[in-house]
Amino acid sequence: MTGENRETDAVTGVETTGHEWDGIRELDNPLPRWWLWVFWACVLFSIGYWVAMPAWPGVSGYTKGLLGQSDRREVAASLVDLRALRGAESGRLTSASLEQIEQDPELQTYALALGQSVFGDNCATCHGAGGAGAKGYANLRDDVWLWGGSLEDIRHTIEFGIRSEDPQTRMSAMPAFGRDGLLQPAQVADLTEYVVGLSGRPASKAAVARAAPVFAEQCVSCHGPAGKGDQAVGAPDLTDGDWLYGSDRASISAQIHNGRGGVMPAWGRRFDPQTIKALAVYIHANSGQ
Amino acid sequence: MDRGSPGGSVLLVLTVLGGLLFAVAAAATHDPLFRFQAYIFVAAAVLGGFALTAAISSGQLRDEPDKYMDGVVRAGVIATMFWAAVGMLVGVFIATQLSWPNLFYFPEAGWLNFGRLRPLHTSGVIFAFGGNALICTSFYVVQRTCRARLFGGVMPWFVFWGYQLFIVLAATGYLAGITQSREYAEPEWYVDLWLTIVWVAYLLVFLGTLWKRREPHIYVANWFYLAFIVTVAMLHIVNNLAVPVGLLNHHSYSLFAGVQDALTQWWYGHNAVGFFLTAGFLGMMYYFVPKRVERPVYSYRLSIVHFWSLIFIYIWAGPHHLHYTALPQWAQTLGMTFSIMLWMPSWGGMINGLMTLSGAWDKLRTDPVVRMMVVAIAFYGMSTFEGPVMAIRAVNALSHYTDWTIGHVHSGALGWVGFISFGAIYCLVPWLWKKEALFSNRLVEWHFWISTTGILLYICAMWVSGIMEGLMWREYTPQGFLAWSFIETVSAKHVENVIRMVGGLMYLSGVLVMIYNLWRTVRLPSAEPSVALSAPLPAAA
Repeated sequence: MTGENRETDAVTGVETTGHEWDGIRELDNPLPRWWLWVFWACVLFSIGYWVAMPAWPGVSGYTKGLLGQSDRREVAASLVDLRALRGAESGRLTSASLEQIEQDPELQTYALALGQSVFGDNCATCHGAGGAGAKGYANLRDDVWLWGGSLEDIRHTIEFGIRSEDPQTRMSAMPAFGRDGLLQPAQVADLTEYVVGLSGRPASKAAVARAAPVFAEQCVSCHGPAGKGDQAVGAPDLTDGDWLYGSDRASISAQIHNGRGGVMPAWGRRFDPQTIKALAVYIHANSGQ
Repeated sequence: MDRGSPGGSVLLVLTVLGGLLFAVAAAATHDPLFRFQAYIFVAAAVLGGFALTAAISSGQLRDEPDKYMDGVVRAGVIATMFWAAVGMLVGVFIATQLSWPNLFYFPEAGWLNFGRLRPLHTSGVIFAFGGNALICTSFYVVQRTCRARLFGGVMPWFVFWGYQLFIVLAATGYLAGITQSREYAEPEWYVDLWLTIVWVAYLLVFLGTLWKRREPHIYVANWFYLAFIVTVAMLHIVNNLAVPVGLLNHHSYSLFAGVQDALTQWWYGHNAVGFFLTAGFLGMMYYFVPKRVERPVYSYRLSIVHFWSLIFIYIWAGPHHLHYTALPQWAQTLGMTFSIMLWMPSWGGMINGLMTLSGAWDKLRTDPVVRMMVVAIAFYGMSTFEGPVMAIRAVNALSHYTDWTIGHVHSGALGWVGFISFGAIYCLVPWLWKKEALFSNRLVEWHFWISTTGILLYICAMWVSGIMEGLMWREYTPQGFLAWSFIETVSAKHVENVIRMVGGLMYLSGVLVMIYNLWRTVRLPSAEPSVALSAPLPAAA
């Protein structure tokens, strides 16, 4: 430090270092004592922590620490605790049939809790947190089912999915009648009126009459002569008030034109069988059946 | 070397060659995104070529060794405030999207999705606003404290415009969906290479200016600026080591895999905070605080000790971003303990900044710019205490991935980085444009109070929502199942999200007030004698 230019600051009575840059000078204050002590305390704490815990790497392995603590062991232990907390029902769920689960209040309570927990982080993304669905995503709270609403139907849908990549997936494809030129735009318009009429709403009589033979030829094979649908092929009932892709004429016409079909993943590839059972029981119980 | 425009003609040739290179690349590539980015390079080369030609022929680039080079600093101040408004506006927009995801959801316009706008906000604020603030203040400070003109002829201008090109490439790339998916390092390989060139030029300008200094010692602010420039170069290069899919393709794959990749990323990410957002802005503080309050720096010894301890310890703390992940536990231990040891080295800067006011505490009351810088230092102290606390594994188990982290980052970014930069720029504008004072101190008061309230709303909302969601995520039912699904914890934060949005909007409003105030300041009659001799003008013209 250059001594020659040192001067004493009038306000604090502390000497400067004698340097100056663009009018800025520096006082020669010592390090604040408390600052230094807290710094050394942090260093000491760290050294203590290194001694106690896994810390420094070597050529092979690392210092394990005097406490012998290990995250891996703790995770394994807490998984054991979790299984204990979940109790005997966890094992019984594997062997019980879906009907047995529903009839055994204890087991059902367990299945509902598991189902709810899994549903919220996996199914809710499409079907909504409450399972009420959205346009294009089925409502699971009502009593209307595309692919069947029995416990076994639901379990099958969850395990193998709909139009998924699984060989056992539920599969069907409505033709894109308009887009692929199977029907003329006028025929699509007439069919739209026909479908509106099926659901008991006022529709153009002339259009309905024109569409009747087209419906008989193109639609009954899946939706049935009365438009009641067929759960074996996932064909919706057109006479109820429930619409996957919207109930207004524009939506119905768009569906006849494009023949949209949604995809649901095969969850059997992700969850174990007891989780899928629990989900089936949960969805069944919340569907008003 | 032509004294008319040192390096200007070389730069012009390189600009034309670069433009041709990218024109060929744009024609040859089959990758539409790469072509789009190549066109931006071409456009920049065309604009740059014309501007350089005009500047050389009009003699604007002539070397004046006895004068400071302040044009580039003025340009930097303007760029800083422009990007501040842009980056913060995007921040408010995405905060609105988080508050009302159904209303502000635009499936038809992919570039308006949260996922693309979020890096635009973070890079816009950190690199565009913060980076420009650091570059322009460092150019100002290094000249004054070395009593030397910036080194390198036109190179400072290349650094400035090259950096703006980097920002535009990065920002448009994000909107188009180009990303490396590395936080704060999202730009792809060709943008990284460009930034490397610009950054090396920046380092040369800075080192060259230090080299020609006419002061016996290097001032502490310059140590911090230099540490920032050198370390960011190293971090940037290592973290962006990648193999491009092709020389005409925008995409690349990281050289690292798995947990090594994650650790490299967070070694970078944490030290970007340490050396970009801490060391660089400490450099700013070490010049503008003593200059503004006209008091000596509190302790030379403290500045040395906290500088070296900060530099040495910071670089080890990155693993605390990967607690309870696949990262080996011993590395987590080191990340945590080095973060704790970092507490006092960080606070050394706070002590030196605050104690520099001793003997001038009354300025807190009389000068709103000083108040802004002091509050910046207070937020610096708070967030450098909060950081080590959050790095403790047991605390991190609760705080990690929650809004608490977002709040922590913003107390540092809005409180420290933002306010110290605003303070510096409030000082700089009258100095650079030769004015007696700012247009209005009252508007600075307004800016200060609106923005401070905004910060407090922001970080308090994030503490509440962060701790709430952390507790919700770990809650089990008596039967041993998670009590809340993720989406339930998201809905639970709605009110806090709205408060955060309001806080951000207030902060942005303060910045807009500042921009207006600076604009009016620039339009004030000049304080230079030649102008003062003319007919007196009303003060608030």
